[in-house]
Amino acid sequence: MSQDVSTDGVLEAAEPEAAQVGVEKKTLGLGFWLSVGWIALIVSLALFAPWLPLKDPDANFIDIQGKGRPPYGPSGDFWLGSDQDARDMLSRTIYGARVSLVVGFSAVAFGFIVGGTIGLISGFVRGTFDKITSFIMLVLLSFPALILAILITSLMERGLWTIALTLGILSVAPVGRLARSASLVFAEREFVMAARTMGAKPSHIMLRELLPNVLIPMSALALLGTAVAIVAEGGLAFLGLSVEKGSTWGKLILTGAQTRQLEEAPWIAFVPITALFLTVMALNFAGDRLRDYFDVRELSL
Amino acid sequence: MAGTGKAHLRPESDVLLRVEDMVVEFPVDRHSVVHAVSGISFDVARGETLGLVGESGCGKSTTAKAIIQIPRPTSGTVDFEGVDLNTLSDAELRAMRSKIQMIFQDPIASLNPRRTVRRIVSEGLVVSNTSVSKPGWGLLAAAVVLALVAAFISPLLLLAALATALIGGFIILKGVFRPTIGGFSDARVDEIITAVGLDPVEAAKRRPHEYSGGQCQRVSVARTLVLDPEIVICDEPVSALDVSVQAQILNMLEDMKERYGITLVFISHDLSVVRNVSDRLAVMYLGKMCEIGDGDLIYEQPAHPYTQVLLSALPDPTNPHADSVEALVAELPSPINPPSGCRFRTRCPFAQDICAAEEPQIRQVGTGDQWVACHFPQTGERRP
Amino acid sequence: MNGSRVLLDVSDYSVGFRTESGLAQVVDKVSFTLERGKTLGIVGESGSGKSVLNRSFMGLISSNRQIEEGSALFDGEQLVGRDRQDFWGKRIGMIFQDPMTSLNPVMRIGRQIFEPLKQHLNMDKAQATGRAIELLTQVGIPEPERRLKQYPHELSGGMRQRVMIAIALAGEPELLIADEPTTALDVTVQKYILDLLADLQTDIGMAIVLITHDLGVARGRTDDIMVMYGGRVMELAPSEELFSSMSHPYTEALFSAIPRVDQPKHTRLTPIAGAPPDPVDPPPGCRFSPRCVYAQDDCLTSLPQVDPAAEHQFACFYPVNTEQGRDARGLNAERGHTATGLKIQSVAVH
Repeated sequence: MSQDVSTDGVLEAAEPEAAQVGVEKKTLGLGFWLSVGWIALIVSLALFAPWLPLKDPDANFIDIQGKGRPPYGPSGDFWLGSDQDARDMLSRTIYGARVSLVVGFSAVAFGFIVGGTIGLISGFVRGTFDKITSFIMLVLLSFPALILAILITSLMERGLWTIALTLGILSVAPVGRLARSASLVFAEREFVMAARTMGAKPSHIMLRELLPNVLIPMSALALLGTAVAIVAEGGLAFLGLSVEKGSTWGKLILTGAQTRQLEEAPWIAFVPITALFLTVMALNFAGDRLRDYFDVRELSL
Repeated sequence: MAGTGKAHLRPESDVLLRVEDMVVEFPVDRHSVVHAVSGISFDVARGETLGLVGESGCGKSTTAKAIIQIPRPTSGTVDFEGVDLNTLSDAELRAMRSKIQMIFQDPIASLNPRRTVRRIVSEGLVVSNTSVSKPGWGLLAAAVVLALVAAFISPLLLLAALATALIGGFIILKGVFRPTIGGFSDARVDEIITAVGLDPVEAAKRRPHEYSGGQCQRVSVARTLVLDPEIVICDEPVSALDVSVQAQILNMLEDMKERYGITLVFISHDLSVVRNVSDRLAVMYLGKMCEIGDGDLIYEQPAHPYTQVLLSALPDPTNPHADSVEALVAELPSPINPPSGCRFRTRCPFAQDICAAEEPQIRQVGTGDQWVACHFPQTGERRP
Repeated sequence: MNGSRVLLDVSDYSVGFRTESGLAQVVDKVSFTLERGKTLGIVGESGSGKSVLNRSFMGLISSNRQIEEGSALFDGEQLVGRDRQDFWGKRIGMIFQDPMTSLNPVMRIGRQIFEPLKQHLNMDKAQATGRAIELLTQVGIPEPERRLKQYPHELSGGMRQRVMIAIALAGEPELLIADEPTTALDVTVQKYILDLLADLQTDIGMAIVLITHDLGVARGRTDDIMVMYGGRVMELAPSEELFSSMSHPYTEALFSAIPRVDQPKHTRLTPIAGAPPDPVDPPPGCRFSPRCVYAQDDCLTSLPQVDPAAEHQFACFYPVNTEQGRDARGLNAERGHTATGLKIQSVAVH
């Protein structure tokens, strides 16, 4: 056939790079959204509690409609029952959430902002700064949490902020170590070097190159950490070390555990326990899913 | 082979980059030091490609990093456009950075995994233009103040404030409020992305892990081109890529070089690749310069025994140099305690006593652009 | 051990993996034979399936998502569907790409060589020591007695690879599989290792399967070469014939894409456009068609097969340097694109 095509010419593809994009679709899953839903619910209830049609959590509603002696079981008046002093469990639980959640979130926020920042910087600058901060972290980690809590609460009034601060201080070290090791890993990667070759200042590198990457494992930890903080508050309450005024889930559980009618009226303890359990589980689950979702698997060459 | 000597350097006015007597040493413990680079000199003319080739431990990668001063060399001068980079302060150096860029070996690790490809390419412009982040910072500061105030009013308001701060921070990180950088329009970024062979629309949506190794390397090249550099140092840019992709990237580098008028320093252990890409070649061994000069000349008549060893070791048996010269021993000496005199003498089939006693100086071979540091350069017949 | 010359007889060997997005057919009906004392080179880029072929063949993949089909006869014994542990070390030896990770970093060299000697040859400590020293000398390691007591990190890369070879040879295997044995090594060291393997083969008479992405490495050191792409065999021929009369467009393209040191500087390379196929969703018809400058309509729809009886096998409807091939090229050049839509331009060669 025709030989008029120059066969001494080499045939070359005109566009040598057909973009082959390999996308891995990952979904967060139903479980994640359910968890988020629960957390959103409990947070909204807590936030808007004063405006909701709830009974006064500290008021005693003895002998409403001739029910006799408290504790009253779940009914139309008391959706989740009442405790032995005829206080409405539903509203107590929701009001309890306010303190527990604030303590939980604030503690973690403190730990993150302080611990995360220190860790990020340490992992990048290394040297003496890193040695000092690592030592401080080590000391913090070695300090028995309980002793610190007792120490602080015995020295200061047991207000909301002191409890939150205590838990916050305790979370600085684990968060700091995670931030530091993540920062170390990413600081070694060539894209950080590339940023330096483009003339980026260290502050720029830490903020724009490292932070977005380090934030990923940290945010997964944030959710898990909040769960831990909430449980920790519960533990403190059980030891009588939690806030003095107001109710928290921990205090509710303690009240429930102390009542003599636990067998007949299990809801006194189980309502706050369930609320705590569901919230903690939702946070843990969501944290896990978030970590998996952001786990970028890189293509091999 | 010990490459001291500057006979091969060209007049300063003719060259863009000139490295003289560069020494890079790393302390290993209290007593020993790794002599990674021990007094090499070379220059690169504008528009040229200098290939730096050698095996592991020769110091080529260290040289690359020393040129861009990350980290700074132990001693020696790095003259770029007449300015010695080694004497600049950190701030002055940063200001010059856009002119000397670098491409790395691992294509995917060179790119920030959390950023879209288009952002990565335009990142260089942001680095030099920090006013971009100010609005975001203002927001965050306001949020923090608000949060503190709110804390005294009600704890729950604090929660809400924290949430707002989080959202604000998120916005900063995502750069939602980043305006177009005046003077360097989006059009230029798009043009460069297209020039390296990628689609700008896709690039704005996708992250590095969604691209192949070859494509990621294109992104790296685009990123450097956006800064309009004078010289680009390529540190093993194709070593991690498949053969077919390698050819794509090499062609692309040549095209970009021509189109944007950049000068290249190309570093690789693969002699065939370096030979193809470079105008001039420099062969390094254990921190020293063995042979430097025009690529074709060196290939046709390699003067240094090490160059001959390298050429003869190439696996393809149809290679005309195959099996011509073999190194005595396969193992490299330690860079902590390199051999005296000529560092190659322990493996050199032609070594004599003088090679241990005296370090050879670089001198010209014949009349062309070929320079060698050897007491017995192999020009013509094989000498014992 | 039967006396037949054919040591390996692989026929329609396939390996697939069940993934979330579907079945990934990573190795697709590969067939080849290997005679005793000969060397087969398997050449392919990443995504060609050569590594999976090797590992699966040796039974090294323990995923339960793996599906292995076809036949692989080693000395007449079927390997597919059976536990291959009996063969490891004793009849088939293996060396891998990265000696640092293949050697146990916390075990002394001596002990690592002793293990196969004790296990496969039932040697006691004294005999094993003697044999280990012999082996280390055979692979060219100086001062073998001293080396026995050293740890892997105390040796250079080239030495470690030689230790690996010594360990692989300790069991006196009939077949040695070398999976990219020199890719991580310097070129001068690579030469030593490859020469060493060739010498050992002559001394011991074992067969070698040499897997590499480097055509130059395969050339001159193998009797036959098998070129793989997308999990399939593209071309299989005696080595020199592969280079002197390449038949498959992929082999030709691969060869043109490699910079050759005897070409002058700035010689324009001919890259292969595109990227390897997705094993879960490969192109219908020939796997290479989207990137092939010869591609015609039937390449899209039908899968070319090799002729297993031929000495020089290739899977292509328009082989290089045949009339159909030249016509196909011509047609594509004229219309400016191939049947798969790949745009073509004619670039003059000086």
